[in-house]
Amino acid sequence: MSLNATQLKHVAHLSRIALDEAKIPALLNDLNAILAFAEQLQDSKLDALAPMAHPLDQSQFLRPDIVTEENNRTALQQGAPAVERGLFLVPKVIE
Amino acid sequence: MSSHAGWEAVIGLEIHTQLATQSKIFSGAATAFGAEPNSQACAVDLGLPGVLPVLNAEAVRMAALFGLAVGAHVALESTFDRKNYFYPDLPKGYQISQLAQPIVSGGAVVIAVGEGDKAVQKTIHLTRAHLEEDAGKSLHEDFAGATGIDLNRAGTPLIEIVSEPEMSSAAEAVAYARKIHAMVQYLGICDGNMQEGSFRVDANVSVRRRGDTQLGTRTEVKNVNSFRFLERAIDYEINRQIELIEDGGRVQQQTRLYDPNKDETRMMRTKEAADDYRYFPDPDLLPVIIKPETLEAWRASLPELPDAKAARYQAHYGLSAYDSSVLTSAKQTAAYFEQTLAAMGKAGDAKLVANWVTGTLAAQLNKEGLEISLSPVPADLLAQLLLRVVDNTLSNKLAKEVFDAVWAGEGTPDGIIEARGLKQITDTGAIEAMVGAILAEHPDKVAEYRAGKDKLFGFFVGLVMKAAKGKANPQQLNDVLKSSLGSCGEEGGV
Repeated sequence: MSLNATQLKHVAHLSRIALDEAKIPALLNDLNAILAFAEQLQDSKLDALAPMAHPLDQSQFLRPDIVTEENNRTALQQGAPAVERGLFLVPKVIE
Repeated sequence: MSSHAGWEAVIGLEIHTQLATQSKIFSGAATAFGAEPNSQACAVDLGLPGVLPVLNAEAVRMAALFGLAVGAHVALESTFDRKNYFYPDLPKGYQISQLAQPIVSGGAVVIAVGEGDKAVQKTIHLTRAHLEEDAGKSLHEDFAGATGIDLNRAGTPLIEIVSEPEMSSAAEAVAYARKIHAMVQYLGICDGNMQEGSFRVDANVSVRRRGDTQLGTRTEVKNVNSFRFLERAIDYEINRQIELIEDGGRVQQQTRLYDPNKDETRMMRTKEAADDYRYFPDPDLLPVIIKPETLEAWRASLPELPDAKAARYQAHYGLSAYDSSVLTSAKQTAAYFEQTLAAMGKAGDAKLVANWVTGTLAAQLNKEGLEISLSPVPADLLAQLLLRVVDNTLSNKLAKEVFDAVWAGEGTPDGIIEARGLKQITDTGAIEAMVGAILAEHPDKVAEYRAGKDKLFGFFVGLVMKAAKGKANPQQLNDVLKSSLGSCGEEGGV
């Protein structure tokens, strides 16, 4: 498996990463080397094994349905670039 | 629709049901509706670095209850995946959901298609119901060049209930949505409030020529916050697609928003392909294990559900299939019916109560757009009113008048009967006195009646009723009049 430039741009767009056109050949080279490395896994014989959701052989801890968090808005919004009437402000999202 | 003979619609629904937990699915923040913006959004809900999700046990129980109620497979092991997309109301950049191993898969509900006694039953199968977290809310108005983000809703537990594309009309889709809506409320796992977004229905709609086996390209209709709008939005979308194809166009796969003011759908966005979400198992969450004995305990805890309740109403109270299904279609309606009947005690008459709840009361609620839980005539007052019908204090006509007065807030039925002097005259002595007086005023007519002019009986009934201002019990009046005319005749013969 290897990526071409179109696929790379698509994945970059989905991840909202800005790509410098000049760097695309070098990036493709690096990414495809990583993919080739990972591709060795395809040679493993896994037919007899069930897919594993998590490497730890444990199950999810469940917490009781109790409200434990208090309103901590002031502190939590200190790092926000813009806040108005309790709302986080972000650049206009057009649907 | 008649112009569209030869076409059929294929509809599947995705219903986002907010679970009625106190705290969020992965954090201890509160889920109450209507709080100050971002006052119920903690570090986990904000997706701050270093936080970890811890699953809410109650969300798991509620999801499993739903699965048990619809006869689905409830997975003893289910897993969480990340669904990746960028939007400001999803601060982590992914939604925690279940793709590969959902907690609930399969199951079915039965809906009634058509009205009244002509209704036929149709089974709608479910694909799955999976646990996931809700996103926050974006407010696009009021901020020049900016969008306001409220993350109170972020992390609210949801089950997304996905149906198979087995509905073929807007009416069927509404019947299915109503059935699921009733079930989640019977189960107590969702408050069902559509205006507040607790129960959000998205419709996948496509059309094809009758006989085609291939599915047409579908659109997804969102932003429907009532059953009435759901029906109108789907009807609009079916017609739009048929007309588009008949005019030589092609339906594009896209998400469309319903605008209730204009009664139309319009494009919101062309849909990204599913694999653009780049799902992968969430490494922060371990597999969720439900012990078989826990599942059995939950199964044993299931309440009586709408279909079982309707069957009991038919068998136990002798109600019709239609009345039973109407009464059980919402938990509150069934509760109102049962409360009214119970409040009437030994004099309770299930058919009479059913007629009033599905007739007069339902019509009045519908007219004013009220939920039954907010009825101005509560169950105990309807019971008091119907007791006065059972004991013949009120005729049906007068009962309706008293009902309207209770609705208008004029007091209790007994108080209104007293204040308006509406009490039906059932005192035999009083009726005899009125009959005696009328007969004494019309000796000539009495003589004609006795001579064989039977038709005059109605004349006497009318005069006595007029004297009684319409309040004499009709049956008693008949009886008294008959015996008086008869006994008078005997006396006259002496």
